[in-house]
Amino acid sequence: MGIQFRTETFRDDFTFRNSPEHIRRFPFPFHEDSYMYAVNIEPHVPGPKGSVLENLIDVDEHYVSEMADRALVLAEDPLRCQSLPHMTLAGWDLLELLMTEQAKGYPEHFTLTRDGDNWHWINRPLGIDQKFVFGDLSTLPYGPMEYITRQSQGDFCILDQRDGNLWMDAGIVTTQADWSLDFDIGMNFFEWHAPVPLAHEKGVFTRALKFLLNIQQGQPARRLNWTMTINPRLDTSPENFHKWGPDRTTVTPENVGQKVHLRVELQSFWRLPRSNAMVFPIRCYLIKMDELATSKKWARRLHRVLRDLPEELATYKGLTRYRPTVVEWLAKHDDGAPTSSGFGPD
Amino acid sequence: MSAGTTKLDVTVADVVPVNELVTRFHFRPTNGGHLPTFSGGAHVVVEMREHEGATPRLNPYSLMSSPLNTAEYTISVRRDDVGRGGSLFMHRQVKPGDRMVISYPVNLFSLDLRAKKHLMIAGGIGITPFMAQTAQLASSSGNFELHYACRTASLFTYGDVLAERYGKRIHLYHDDRGEKIELARLLASQPLGTHLYICGPAPMIDWVRNTAAASGWPSETVHYEHFSAPKPGLPFDVTLAVSDKKIRVGEQQSLLEAIEAAGVDPPYLCRGGVCGQCETNVISSDGKFLHNDHWLSEEEHRSGKKIMPCVSRFEGRSLVLER
Ligand code: HEM
Ligand code: FES
Repeated sequence: MGIQFRTETFRDDFTFRNSPEHIRRFPFPFHEDSYMYAVNIEPHVPGPKGSVLENLIDVDEHYVSEMADRALVLAEDPLRCQSLPHMTLAGWDLLELLMTEQAKGYPEHFTLTRDGDNWHWINRPLGIDQKFVFGDLSTLPYGPMEYITRQSQGDFCILDQRDGNLWMDAGIVTTQADWSLDFDIGMNFFEWHAPVPLAHEKGVFTRALKFLLNIQQGQPARRLNWTMTINPRLDTSPENFHKWGPDRTTVTPENVGQKVHLRVELQSFWRLPRSNAMVFPIRCYLIKMDELATSKKWARRLHRVLRDLPEELATYKGLTRYRPTVVEWLAKHDDGAPTSSGFGPD
Repeated sequence: MSAGTTKLDVTVADVVPVNELVTRFHFRPTNGGHLPTFSGGAHVVVEMREHEGATPRLNPYSLMSSPLNTAEYTISVRRDDVGRGGSLFMHRQVKPGDRMVISYPVNLFSLDLRAKKHLMIAGGIGITPFMAQTAQLASSSGNFELHYACRTASLFTYGDVLAERYGKRIHLYHDDRGEKIELARLLASQPLGTHLYICGPAPMIDWVRNTAAASGWPSETVHYEHFSAPKPGLPFDVTLAVSDKKIRVGEQQSLLEAIEAAGVDPPYLCRGGVCGQCETNVISSDGKFLHNDHWLSEEEHRSGKKIMPCVSRFEGRSLVLER
């Protein structure tokens, strides 16, 4: 029967919400009651049926509405999608990866037929039926990266690998936690991570880079990252700070449950075959506090994590202003019982 | 699945003698369909088994077929009568129809696609990665020029093929005719934005790299192929003190995999030596540690008190772990 795609918004009236099944599959990021940066990288292998890891490229009930939101962002600000000239081949690699994975995981929604370089792509949820020649730019309405990422959930950075480093030389970034592709384009792994506190000193980035440089084709890896967002807004970009920054002052004890969202990024790392570049999909999942609190374990644990979060991290993630209100709200859901280890709900 | 173990099942579709030393092998996917796409400069690690169940020997070979064709992969193997025997096995034992196991392609010698021009220098069998790279560049109207030196005309593997395909872009040098690459002049006459690629015998790589450095080429524009041998090494024995087990770590296995195979469930995350999860205390040891991780400090490596079993190994008489 396939996925029931929701019609909803991530701006203005903010009608986004998760169905009960989607609440249960939410990738809760805390395996213990505290949080600190670590080299939390693991092989990206398929996970349990019904989880966000069932397919390595996940498509969910928010797909159609997220794609509509991306189109709005791009129409206002074309610089959210950039590709330096040497990255076109990597764009074709990405197109192949996303079409293949989506067609494999969701045959009822996507179909890819290949006859040599003559490809036929059908995307039923978005009503797209496209015949094109793989490698021939003139046969698609956009460049290959933009074409396929307008049809794929999550942001994508494509990193060129050279001189023992990764360089952010292409990407499409419209659902980001307060960072800018236009600012980071052309930077290397250490340069774009410069604003992150504590992790450099702990050696997280030197170790992580060594791992990433060694990632081989067919062996993707993943990690989770998280922050919080007020209102279910996907586009929390520095460019639009004036639109969403003030939301942070609107949190009250009465509206925490509906307004405050835990924002989890499932980040994965893939070697691309033709270009030898690396693609970094950043898939964003949002959950309201009311939704999260339907799992006793999650609410209890998030309370403890947020309460004890080191100040530097809270500042960097932009939580300072409303953290006390949220901690107070979550405290009511924390009976002090021990939480079992691991990510899943009770 | 652990890092470093994705494998492809292939069938030998053809074995073609190229000249007195070199033979070409064609691999097709055993289950039909296509092989994974790769980029010019990539290699695969070929597993060679004398017989079923035997511990395989692992040799890396550059893919030389066009990256545009994923119906099959081809490699060319030069017979080496004094080496570890991998090339002799390929030459003597491998026949069309044989099933073999190869790794996914890995590229440690990739083109820098920002280059305005790609200048390639090959010696002997070092030509193979350039076969794939030139095919890739030719298909995308890339600008390249190849200088290729060999001992004699009869050993000029694919010299004729390349000359026919790419004409004036190919320059051949016969050692026995006293022809020599005029390297200093060649390097001095390149347009700005040229990248240099070298694959051949070690002395040639050194010669070209040194000449380039002396003429002021920035090191990030100079690329050379050096195979990092596949990670596995010699088998070794380990005692797991806590679980009271003795295990043997096979040539192809990581220490972590061997511990898991013995039914012990140690923590891990990355399986690549960076996350720190699998850190294990050494109770006693008599031998040499081969530390391959990026987690422990140099001091810890020297101390012999800790090991990261996901990537590191041991050579010697005994190793006892707190596990
Ligand atoms: C190549 C892939 C990667 C890309 C493109 C990437 C990109 C970014 C960007 C753009 C930021 C925001 C920085 C800012 O404030 O402007 C960030 C933050 C961060 N990155 Fe990465 N990153 C990558 C891989 C990794 C890896 C492998 C790790 C660690 C294992 C890591 C750890 C972090 C951490 C801890 C933060 C701070 C996040 C927070 O607290 O919200 N990144 N990354
Ligand atoms: S499992 Fe990550 S360092 Fe060994």
